[in-house]
This record gives sequence, C-alpha cells and structure tokens, in this order.
Amino acid sequence: MTEDPRPAGGPDAPPPSAEASVAAGDNSGGAMNRLLGSLSGAARLEVFLVVILAVLIWWGAQLSRFFLTGPNFGFSTQAVMEISIMALAMTPIIITGEIDLSVESMVGLSSCVLGWLWASGVPLQAAIPIVLLVGVAGGLFNGIIVTRWGLPSLVVTLATYALFRGLGHVVLGSTVVSNFPAGFTNFGFGYVPGTFVPWTLLVFLVLALVAVAIVHRTWIGRQVFAVGKNKEAARYSGVRVAALKTALFAVSGLVAAFAGIILTSRTSTASPDNGLNMTLAVVTIVVLGGVDINGGKGTVPGVILAVFILATLKSALTQAGISTDYQNVAIGLLLIVSVITPLLARQGRDLVSRGRLGRKRPARDPAPGEVVR
Amino acid sequence: MFHRLPRAAAGVALVFALAGCSSSATPAPTTAPTTAAMSGSVVMIPKQINNPYFDVAFKGAQSAATALGGTLTQVGPSAADATQQIPFIQTATTQGAKAIIVSADDANAIAPALKAAMAAGIKVVGYDSSPAVGAYNVFVNQADTAGIGKGLADMACDEAPSCTGEIAVLSAAQTATNQNAWIAAMQDTLKGSKYAGLVWDGVYYGNDDPTISTQQTQAMLAAHPNLKVIVAPTTVGIVAAAQVVTSQNLIGKVFVTGLGTPMGMQAFVKSGVSPEFALWNVTDLGYLAYAVAVDLVTGQIKGNPGDTFTVPSLNGGQPYTIGADSVVVLGPPFVFNTSNIDQYVASFGF
Repeated sequence: MTEDPRPAGGPDAPPPSAEASVAAGDNSGGAMNRLLGSLSGAARLEVFLVVILAVLIWWGAQLSRFFLTGPNFGFSTQAVMEISIMALAMTPIIITGEIDLSVESMVGLSSCVLGWLWASGVPLQAAIPIVLLVGVAGGLFNGIIVTRWGLPSLVVTLATYALFRGLGHVVLGSTVVSNFPAGFTNFGFGYVPGTFVPWTLLVFLVLALVAVAIVHRTWIGRQVFAVGKNKEAARYSGVRVAALKTALFAVSGLVAAFAGIILTSRTSTASPDNGLNMTLAVVTIVVLGGVDINGGKGTVPGVILAVFILATLKSALTQAGISTDYQNVAIGLLLIVSVITPLLARQGRDLVSRGRLGRKRPARDPAPGEVVR
Repeated sequence: MFHRLPRAAAGVALVFALAGCSSSATPAPTTAPTTAAMSGSVVMIPKQINNPYFDVAFKGAQSAATALGGTLTQVGPSAADATQQIPFIQTATTQGAKAIIVSADDANAIAPALKAAMAAGIKVVGYDSSPAVGAYNVFVNQADTAGIGKGLADMACDEAPSCTGEIAVLSAAQTATNQNAWIAAMQDTLKGSKYAGLVWDGVYYGNDDPTISTQQTQAMLAAHPNLKVIVAPTTVGIVAAAQVVTSQNLIGKVFVTGLGTPMGMQAFVKSGVSPEFALWNVTDLGYLAYAVAVDLVTGQIKGNPGDTFTVPSLNGGQPYTIGADSVVVLGPPFVFNTSNIDQYVASFGF
C-alpha cells in the first residue's frame, strides 16, 4: 500500500483524493476500491434485492409446504399486479423528482366510469377505450397544473387524490355494478390455460420490458434522469422539461386507469372504493426497488425485483396465517432495511477507502478539477 | 455490504418472531364429538380481524370446535376490504382446509375465489354477511333480513318523538351485503303509513372504522341540524355515533339506535343516548356457523333448501331448516333497553 509521507491536513496539504486514488490504483488496496466501485450504485442494490428475494423464498418454503406451489405463485402474483404496473409508471415520475399520489383514486374513478358505462348498456369494447381516455385526461390535468403553475406535484396530486375519488362517487352514486360478463372477469382472475400464470402477469411482464427499454435505452429515459439530477441543467441542455413531465403524468393516469380496469375485472365489481390504499403500496414498491425519492437515481429492474419481493413476502406471511396488520409491520421493516442498507454500505465503503490511505481526511468540498470517488 | 446482511436477517427473524405471537389461532383439542366424527382444518375469515363483534363469533365457533372436533383458525384483513380477503381464501384452498367460514366484505368480489374453493371440494359457509348466491354451500343468517329491517324501522319510530322527525343511517362499508340488505328492508318498512312522519336523510358509510364512522356522524349532524335519530346497523358505527352525540351534548335531542353489543352500548343506554337497540347472540352465530360446516363436511347435510339438522346446544334442541338460497336463520333478534341491558351484559358476556 502506498503511504503518503506528507503531513495530513494543514494549509499546504495537497488535494488528497486525486493523487491518492491514482497512487492506490496499482496494488491490492486499489483492487478492493475497484471492486467496490464497480459494485456501486444500482448494480449493488439489485444484487442486494436478489439476495432478499432468495432469502424470502427460502423462508416462505420453511413456513409452509404449500408456499412453493403453482397455485400459490399464481394468486400471490395476481394479487399485486395492479399496483405493480402502476409502480412501473410511477418510477420515471419519481426519478424526475415528482410524485403522483392520485393513482389509487384514478383506479377508483376508472372503475366507476367503466361500471357506469356498462350499466348504461355500452359494450365493453367501447367502454374500455373511453375509460383509458379518462385516465389520460386525469394524468394530463395533473401534469399541466404541475408544470404550468410550478406547483409541487405532492400538493397537486394530493388534491386530485381526493378529486378523482370524489368524481367516482358522483359518477356511480352509491350503487355498485357487478354483472360483468365472465369473459371480462376471466382476464383479471384467470390463468393462461393449463398453467398457473395469471393473464395479468403476462401483461405486467410486457409492460415491464417496455418500461426497461424506454427508461434505460432511449433518449426519453436519458432525459428523465437528466431532469431528475438537475432540472435547470437539463432545461439549458434543451430538454423540454414541462412536456416531459406532463407526458409522464399522462402515462401514469393511463396506466392507473388500466389498473382500474384490471381490478374491476378481478373483483367483478365496479365501486368508488376500488383501489383504496393502493398509492402507498405503489410508492413502497418503487422505493424498495432502489429509486431515490429525491429523484435522479433508480432502475426499473430494481422495481421489478421489488414487485416480486413484495408478492413473496405477503404470500409467505399469508401462508403462515398472519393477518394484514402484521404483514404491514413486515413490509415496513423490509422497506427500512432496504433503504438504509445501501446508505450504510456507502458509508462503510468510504470508511474502508479512507482507512486504505492511512490517514484521516476531514470532510470538505472537492477542489476544482479534483476527481471525487 | 455483506456485514449488513445480519440486519436484514434479524429483521426477517423479527417478523418470524412476530408471526409466532400474532397468529390468533388456537387449535381446538379434538375430544369425542357429539355428532359425526370431524377432523381437518376449518378457516374462519371475518370481514376484518380487529373487530370485537367477530372476535365474539370466533369464540362461539371455538366452543363448537371443542365440542364437535376439527381445528379452527381465524385469519383476515385488517380493514374491511374484499380484495384483502381474497388471498386468505385462496391460501385456505391451497392448504387443503376442509371448510371455509366467511363473512363477505363484498358479495361478488370474493365469489370467484369461493367458487374455486368449492370446486376443490371445500365446503363454504357464509355467516353474518352473505357472499353471492352460488358462492357458498350454506349461509347462516343471524336473523331474518326483513325482520331486522322492520326492527330498525320500529326502533327509529320509537325513539323519534311521536314517530316524527328526520332519520339518517350510519352504515358500514358501501358494499357490505348484510347492511345493504337491512337498509333496503328498513326502507321497505318505512313506506307504511305508521312511519309517514319520518323523513329519510340518507345513508352515510363508516366502513366499520371508528375514525371514519365518527367523521361521517359529524358530517351527518352538520348537514342535518334537525336530525332526530341516527340508525347504525353496525356495532362499530353505533358506538361511534353514540360517542359523537354525547361529546356534542346532544343527549335528548338526537337519539341513536341500530345494532350494537350490550357491553359496548351499556353506558349509552343508561345515559339516554340510545334508549333502544338490538342484536342477536353473536356467540351462538359463531357456534352455529361451525356446526353447519361440520355437518357439511361429514355429509350430514348437503346444504339444499329443505335440509334439516339439529345442534344440541342451540335453539332449545329444535331442528333448523335450510330455506331458499340455502339460507338458515339463527333466530329472532334481541331488543335491549334500560330494563334488560344489565342482565344481557351478564349473560352474553359481550
């Protein structure tokens, strides 16, 4: 290991990190740094999530011999598909530093519109596109108010969280529509014939691939990350921030309306209360998947892993006969662990690299031109 | 990173430990049954798990399990939400339960899961709130629906001065089968000429949640300043409504009636907030539901209208008859008032 003979600290101490990291790059201490560097950020978090998933699967198998069965896989994944596809749409929104709290109310509103149209005799082939348009309209409403008037999305979508559900009550009244045809309800509740793969899981996987492609492989995704890291810099680079954010909210509304249709199909009930409490579950999945709530960082594969982690955890606990109160305790603990761990790992890595250089480094801002690791 | 894994494992272990102490199951010892031999597990799924009404029914079912055999567990959602009931039904199906006893948060939402259970050979007994027709083998109704509706109307008429004034309903969840049926029966009864003086101010939904029920009662009172009677056909809602009336100093101006537990409403009967309310023997409801499940599993009954069966400790030994839509009624409701409330608190124990 390279020992630097110059005195630590003091006014004539050289900027440590640039030379020190270069100097340390050609011995075993440097290899450790390289390894930790390459495991940095998202890749490390996804490995961590895979480990959690494996632990939960193992633990579920210990809890019940019915855990690793086809039927259990089928209905456990089916139960979370609505919030999962909404999590896919929520991910780019949170990466840009915004949030959409109104998704659960759009689920309720779209369910009510679908029920009202169906009860009025409109065939499903016409009703479903109308419901999706309602979702887009709601999302555009969110997006335009956030971008045109610069209001925080937390506040705007909190308002539409109440507004959309209220509209649902207005549309459907206190009635509940339940007489949907079997073909429709089979989509939400049924499996691919001969297997335990729910239809909605296939839908989710397709949408997940689309989301991975768009967020990580296209210029749209790059703009999303740019806006999340530094909105003003992105704007000066030519990103049309307002249009991008509005589009993301519109997509979120569309996806929430689609989730509302799926939920209505799965429960064969259109009711204003559909979707209650879903927003927190959606945000939980996104944060569990490693997306930074302040924006700028996150991956869709992480969110996909989080979907399966949540489904596995709930399934294991339900198989063990545990009621949903305690399931929520477990989910909360898991979320805390998954958020704190990368943070602590980063601090641990800083401690390790400081220890390698053999002296204490006071925390300070980087000098111009200095490479900060 | 790897030295943080023990924390994850500890968190997971903590949950496992919680799992050990949270399960509300007490497997009943299989003693010599008084009817045909019953073994296997029965899963009871109430509307929600932290509701005292359902805990009392569970105790009744547990005594039936001790007497008749079989292993009884109770699981369920923490909120009265049908989509959260579905996983528990599906889990009971895959775990090979012999019977499921369920109170439906939404008659239709859980129907596909129940039908899948029945297709797998599991007997489904509804209690308290009926699943959709066709999604159960037998539904144990706590009292005759029309009778409850008439009872609610009569109690509202008794409490409104000279059977005149505005009345409003504080119900449970919007989709709850039982409350909706009782409210419909009540509105039917109110068409009679005797009730012409009563004005209907609408239905508010408290979701069987104490906070929401309180807020809805306050909203109701604010929207209808001349309200005379609040009818709450839910044991959670009636207590919330009575508390709001008491805290807003409306005793003597607004009265509360509906369905409540004797112990929960004892103080309000005495203070005059709720001179009259009704219920049935909830312990017996749980007992009967379990006994019906046992009879279905052992083949004593098929669940068809016209089937009869007896349960030794209920109905004075008289046989029950299954009626239309495979519904069997527990018995007539009890009306509680100042003259009998203390005695029923003592004898019911809830």
